[in-house]
Amino acid sequence: MAEGRFQVRRRAGLRLWLSAAWLILLVMVALFAPYIASKDPLEQDLFAGRLPPFWVHGADASFLLGTDSLGRDVLSRIIFGTRIALGVAVVSASFTCVIGAALGLLAGFYRGWVDVLVSRFIDIWMAFPPVLFSILLIAVIGPGLFSIILAIVVIDWTRFARVIRAEAMAQGAMDYVASARVAGRGRLGILLREILPNVLPIIVVLLTLEMGIAVIVEAILSFVNLSISTDDPTWGGMISEGRTSIHQAWWVLVFPLITLFLTVLSFSQLGEGLKDRFDPVLR
Amino acid sequence: MALLQTLLLRVITTAVTLLGVAVIVFFVIRVVPGNPIAMMLPPGATAEDIANLTARYGLDKSIPEQFFIWGGGVLRGDFGTSITLKQPVLALVLGRLPATLELSVLALGMAILIGGAAALTGTRLRETRVEGGIDIAQGMALSVPDFLWGLVLILVFGVLVPVFQISGRVTPSLELPFVTDFYLVESVLRLRFDLTLDLLSHMLLPALALAIPLAAIIGQLLKQSLKETMHLDYVTLARTQGYSEAKVIWSQALPNAILPTLTLVGVQFTFLIGGTVIIERLFSYEGLGNMAIDAVINRDLPLIQGIVILFAVIFTGVNLLVDLTYAALNPRLRHG
Repeated sequence: MAEGRFQVRRRAGLRLWLSAAWLILLVMVALFAPYIASKDPLEQDLFAGRLPPFWVHGADASFLLGTDSLGRDVLSRIIFGTRIALGVAVVSASFTCVIGAALGLLAGFYRGWVDVLVSRFIDIWMAFPPVLFSILLIAVIGPGLFSIILAIVVIDWTRFARVIRAEAMAQGAMDYVASARVAGRGRLGILLREILPNVLPIIVVLLTLEMGIAVIVEAILSFVNLSISTDDPTWGGMISEGRTSIHQAWWVLVFPLITLFLTVLSFSQLGEGLKDRFDPVLR
Repeated sequence: MALLQTLLLRVITTAVTLLGVAVIVFFVIRVVPGNPIAMMLPPGATAEDIANLTARYGLDKSIPEQFFIWGGGVLRGDFGTSITLKQPVLALVLGRLPATLELSVLALGMAILIGGAAALTGTRLRETRVEGGIDIAQGMALSVPDFLWGLVLILVFGVLVPVFQISGRVTPSLELPFVTDFYLVESVLRLRFDLTLDLLSHMLLPALALAIPLAAIIGQLLKQSLKETMHLDYVTLARTQGYSEAKVIWSQALPNAILPTLTLVGVQFTFLIGGTVIIERLFSYEGLGNMAIDAVINRDLPLIQGIVILFAVIFTGVNLLVDLTYAALNPRLRHG
C-alpha cells in the first residue's frame, strides 16, 4: 500500500515537471519569437505554396515544417501564435480569477442578498452552452483579441465563483473564523486575512486550469473565424485552414494541432498535479 | 409534502432562470453595432427602403417594446422570422433539433458504454498494469476537450485510415425517403439499414469526440463507487458463497454503486449537448450548433435568439429532470 502510494506520487511528480517544462518552453518561445522564427509569419510567397515539411520529398529545407496555401512558413506562424495563445491565456484567466474569486468569497462569506444574487446569476450562466455563449458575445462586440478576453471573463467567472463560494462557506463555519471574530477582528479583515489565505491553493489550481481553457476558447474562436484577422498567426486559424486542406496539405493541420494539444494537456495536468500536491489527504 | 415542495421550488427557479436567459440574450443582441437591415439590402437602397424593412422586422421600436412584442410571440410559439433564411425561426430550429438530438444521444450511449466498460475492467483487474493504463488514458481523455479529440479523430480515422466520413450527416447523393428529421431513428424503423450504416459512418467520429471526455468522467466515478462497494460486508458474503469475481462485480456491487454515476451523467449530458455546437461545425454536421454559428456570422438576430433559448430550455430541462429523478429515487426526500 505504502509503495503504491509512493508510485502514484512519483508519477504525479513526473507529469507536473513535464507540463511545467513544456509551458516554460512556450513562454521562452513567446518572449523570443522574433529571434527564433526563421521567417516573417505574415510573409506570403505564392511560388512556395503548400510545401511539405523537411523530411518529405519536394520540401524546401528553409521551411522546416512546410508552408500553407499562401506560402507562409508553418513553423514561424506557430512560434508567433504562441504569443497570442499565451497572452490571451494569462490576461483573461487573471481577470476571470480576480472577478470570480471575489464574487465567490463575498457570496460565500457574507451570504444574504449578495449570495442570492450571485447564485442566481450562476444558475442563469449554467443554462448557456459556453461555446454558443462565447460566439454570441463575440458576434455582439465584434471580433478581436480584446473581445475574446472579455468573452472568456464574462463566461467563465462562474467557474471560480462556484467553487470559491462553497469553499468560503465551509471555511466560514470553522472554529478559527469564530475565534478571530471573538478576538474582535472585523468581517473584511477575517475575509482577507483568514479565509483568503486558506482558499488560495484552490484559486491557484483553478487559475492554472482556466489558462488551459482560455487557450482552447481562443483556438475555437479563431477556428470559426471570429478571432483576429486570418492573416495574424493563431493556432486556431491555422487549424481551420488545415481542416479544409487536409487532403492536400496535412502538415498545416498537424503541427499547430500537436502544439495546441500539448499546451492544453500541460495546463490541465499542471492544475491537477497542483491539486494533488495541495490536497492534505494525499499528502 | 416535502417532495411536492422541492418539486414546486425547482420548477419556479427553472422558470426564473429561463426568463433571465431570455432577457439577457435579447438585450445582449440588441447592442450589436452592425445593422442587419443594411446587410440585407443591395448597395443602391434608399433611406426609405431601409426604414420600410426596419419597420417590417419591428426594429424601429424601443428596445423594451421590442422585448414585449418578441416575448409575447415566444409564449405563443412564434419566434419571428429568420432574416437570412426568410423562414419562421421555430420551424427552422425544430427542423435541425433532431439531428443534434440524435448525435447527442448516440454520444451519450457511447460514453456510457466506454466509461462503464473501463470502470468494470479496472475493477476486475485492480492493482494490475491494466488498471494503471486505464487510469492514465482517462486522465488524458479528461485533460483535452472534445474539440481537440474531434481533430485528432479526423486525422486518424478520416485521413490516415479513411474508414469513416468526416463531414456532413449523410451522403448527399442518397435518396432519402424520410418524413421526419430523425433520420437515424427512421432509417431503423423503415428497415433501411443501408441508410442507417451511412448515417452512422457520418455520426461515429463526431459522437466519439463528444463521448471521450464524458466516458472518462463516468469511468472514474463508477470505478470509485465500485471500489467502495467492493469492501462492504455483503459483497464479501457473496464471495464466500462462491460467486466468481466477475459475477460479484456485475450483479452484487454494480447495482449499488451505479446511483452517483447516474446523477452525474444527467448533469454532464448538458455539457455534452453544449459541445455539439463546435463539434457540428468541425464535422460540417447539419445540426443546431452549426446553424447557430452561421446565424452569428450572418447576424441573423431572430434565429440566434431562437437557438440560444432552445439550448437553454434543453439545458434547464435536463437539469430539472435529473433533480426530480434524484428526489424521487432518494428515500429521504420521498418520505421526508
